[in-house]
Amino acid sequence: MKQGILTDILDHSHRADPYPLYAELRKTPVYHDGEGPYVVSTYHEIMALLHDPRLSSDQRNRTAGAADPLAEEDTGDSATLPPGFLKLDPPEHDRLRRITNRPFGPPHSPHRIESMRGDLDETVKNLIDDIAAGTSGNGEGTERIDLVDQFSYPFPVTMICRLLGVPREDEARFHVWADTLAASLDPDPTADQAERAKVTQDARMELGMYLAGLIEDRRKNPRDDMLSHLAAATGEESMSTMELLSTAALLLIAGHETTVNLITNGMLTLLRHPDVLQRLRSEPGLAVPLVEELLRYEPPVQLLPQRTPLVDIEIRGVTVPKGAAMWLVLAAGNRDPQRFENPDRFDPDRKDIQHLGLGSGIHSCFGAPLARLEAQKALSELARRLENPRLLEDPPPYRQNAVLRGPRHLMIACDGIRP
Amino acid sequence: MLRLVVDLNRCQGYAQCAFLAPDVFAMHGDEGLLYDPQAEAAQRERVAQAAAACPVQAILVEELEASDA
Amino acid sequence: MPDTALDALRSSGRIVVVGASLAGLRAAETLREKGFKGSLTMIGDEPYEPYDRPPLSKQVLLGKASAAGTALPRRRAIDAQWRLGVPASGLDMAGRRVKLADGDEVPYDRLLIATGVRARPWPNEAEAELDGVFVLRTRDDGAALARRMDAGPRRVLVIGAGFTGSEIASACRERGLEVTVAERADAPLVGALGGVIGAVAAELQRENGVDLRTGIMVTGLEGDSTGRVRAAHFSDGTTLECEVVVVSLGAQRNTEWLLGSGLGAGPRGIACDAGCRAFDITGIVTDDIYVAGDVARSPHPLFGYQFLSLEHWGNAVAQAETAAHNMLSESTDRRPHIWTPAFWSTQFGVNIKSVGVPSMGTEIMITQGSTAERRFTGVYGYQGRIIGAVTFDNARWLEFYRHQIESTAPFPPPYPTVDRRAEGSRPVPADFPDPSVPTHGPTVTLSGYSPADRRLTFTPAR
Repeated sequence: MKQGILTDILDHSHRADPYPLYAELRKTPVYHDGEGPYVVSTYHEIMALLHDPRLSSDQRNRTAGAADPLAEEDTGDSATLPPGFLKLDPPEHDRLRRITNRPFGPPHSPHRIESMRGDLDETVKNLIDDIAAGTSGNGEGTERIDLVDQFSYPFPVTMICRLLGVPREDEARFHVWADTLAASLDPDPTADQAERAKVTQDARMELGMYLAGLIEDRRKNPRDDMLSHLAAATGEESMSTMELLSTAALLLIAGHETTVNLITNGMLTLLRHPDVLQRLRSEPGLAVPLVEELLRYEPPVQLLPQRTPLVDIEIRGVTVPKGAAMWLVLAAGNRDPQRFENPDRFDPDRKDIQHLGLGSGIHSCFGAPLARLEAQKALSELARRLENPRLLEDPPPYRQNAVLRGPRHLMIACDGIRP
Repeated sequence: MLRLVVDLNRCQGYAQCAFLAPDVFAMHGDEGLLYDPQAEAAQRERVAQAAAACPVQAILVEELEASDA
Repeated sequence: MPDTALDALRSSGRIVVVGASLAGLRAAETLREKGFKGSLTMIGDEPYEPYDRPPLSKQVLLGKASAAGTALPRRRAIDAQWRLGVPASGLDMAGRRVKLADGDEVPYDRLLIATGVRARPWPNEAEAELDGVFVLRTRDDGAALARRMDAGPRRVLVIGAGFTGSEIASACRERGLEVTVAERADAPLVGALGGVIGAVAAELQRENGVDLRTGIMVTGLEGDSTGRVRAAHFSDGTTLECEVVVVSLGAQRNTEWLLGSGLGAGPRGIACDAGCRAFDITGIVTDDIYVAGDVARSPHPLFGYQFLSLEHWGNAVAQAETAAHNMLSESTDRRPHIWTPAFWSTQFGVNIKSVGVPSMGTEIMITQGSTAERRFTGVYGYQGRIIGAVTFDNARWLEFYRHQIESTAPFPPPYPTVDRRAEGSRPVPADFPDPSVPTHGPTVTLSGYSPADRRLTFTPAR
């Protein structure tokens, strides 16, 4: 029976391997159990919907009470930050994204990512050196490495901090807020909902205040970082202070909570496919197609919960009513046998790889080029430097979050670390 | 030397190529793409990253033998 | 029962491709891909291996790429005999031979004609010969024009404001050159996109400093004593001094070499069936001659089975692949060429894309965005259905509208969309100068996700 499959997907006990559940879900391409969201799980339908202008990403277009276990509480508090561009439609979305892109990428800043390549190399090198020297982790050396805490988390955090201009040493502070906000994407039926909403709200406010202080400082003492450039922008191509705070919060959290999973899932997948790991060691260029396959095979964002139709739309014979909550399950579409041959096989040589791992359409991942480079660099260097790495625990313990899915820890051991 | 062509009917301006190989691919405005159809061998790695990252798989690259590089 | 003749063709037949550009190359690759082991001859009038033309009016004129560096990458080795720099001059259908201008003859078992088009020259030959008067179609044209632009002419005159002319004007402005554009119609791009969008394109040009003159004709070009162009005369009696003139008056199909061959070829192209097989002059389809690319005219089921000739990059690729597939296939394995027309242009920093056949539209509705902001989607309607769409910096939505066109969705679109503005509240006349009107209503829709599983679905007339 289908009843309860969404509950199963959200249930933490299925976090290590949700793919059988997704396969079950795909049997009903547009799943609706009578009250919850309309859940789309097949590749072609998801791809079409990501380009469908009848769909909104703005929660304000949801019918009040449209049932969705992933819905965020809206307290109606006017002191809250406005939604980031992830949750806006054009023209607001396009405007904010365009402005945010100015100091980030082409056409205005075509070499920003290029100029970070050296930093990426250096940061990866230092983190692995620290593992080798035993200066990170719990003093157990290479006998017991937590790849999440010692590598996959600090690496993208360091990079996003540098890109935005957030002091790395403040990490302990914003880590708590970011964790709270990421967790708010995830339902926890056991929690007191009002309390949860308040905690989320407080985290948002605190993060907002922190960023406001930082932006104020960057206005006075500008540097070559994104916050300085965004704060300094004027005229038509600039944001209000509130928009800037929302955008900065969005980038900090997104740059924080996604790539960590891509890297950890990547290493986990490689350790489960030793032949591929061995190849990567001798051909570092394999990292490029490998990361694309990884984005298909283990996407860091498993589903997009914020779409809503502006009008009744028909998908595969099912009418999704105006204002209903919709989920697009990217991770299920990525394993759709109607689209990918042997979808459950991890194959870095796959030629036909138009995955949904970074979304598609106007909301496709803003930080995609950075995420790609980080994952490529991280995986090829881990493959090269760790001698005989092995998993100490399989499956590893997962974080609660079903949307931003990834291991909380990845305990590995290795015989040594090459220079 | 590398030869390349982009199927601009497929291209939707995600700009991944222009981020990853900025000396070969450039955005012309917010969405248009201009690229050099002939790139130096030194760009090989970056062009490979660009082609792999293209969300619509629109980039075709051919590497020519070193003799004419 | 297996077709032994077909097996023989596949293993040891002779396939000749006339036209060594995009369509010819992609067809050759597809033939090899599909296991053709026989001999393959590629005939091309230019001395160069296949190269890509779209960069010539963009990157090359901007100095960001060289005309010589536009050779197309290969999908695979094709192991062909190349006859480059020699145009085909005739066809002996009965004897199955292609005659070459150097007197040689090349025999074939199957022939693919992909001779494309050439730039329409300036009608006055003496004026066309003046130094500084250019057309832009070939690699040599591109190299010569780019070189002249490098020299910093005081003013460039572009005659004709279609896509190529507009792109040339854009390159001039980006390089800081003064440019005048003379267009017979009331606005740029009207032939392809209609007057509503033409007005947007006109504003775009003027805002970028183009001296755009519409509703006007160039009546003559004048040279100085050394034979260099120095001025142009207009139909309103005015004269403009200019050092470079680019004639951008569209294209002519390369079919003259087929005159008298018995093939159904003429100034409008070579008629072929949906399977890319050429018709002879009696209207009978041939078995051994196929056509692909700009020179082909083929019936399109989505557009009332009108014979469409599409000077589109994507059409050349898709039709070449279909022609190659069909050449090597049993009759029941053949596929129709049912590519939905699509093209792009980038000019003045704006990415313009289109699907369907906007020029068949009688009305247009701006369903998303704003023409004033130059970021919008316009949908064209014909007899109550969506027949085309255009985007200015809005390409990520275009797939949706392509699907709407392919499923003959109603026009005006009865649904709301994100980013609908006041100007998108209702359709307005698309304002084409001379709408071409097909004779049938919609009878088919396209379905399927990939070329291999594309299907036609017949639906009763409404």
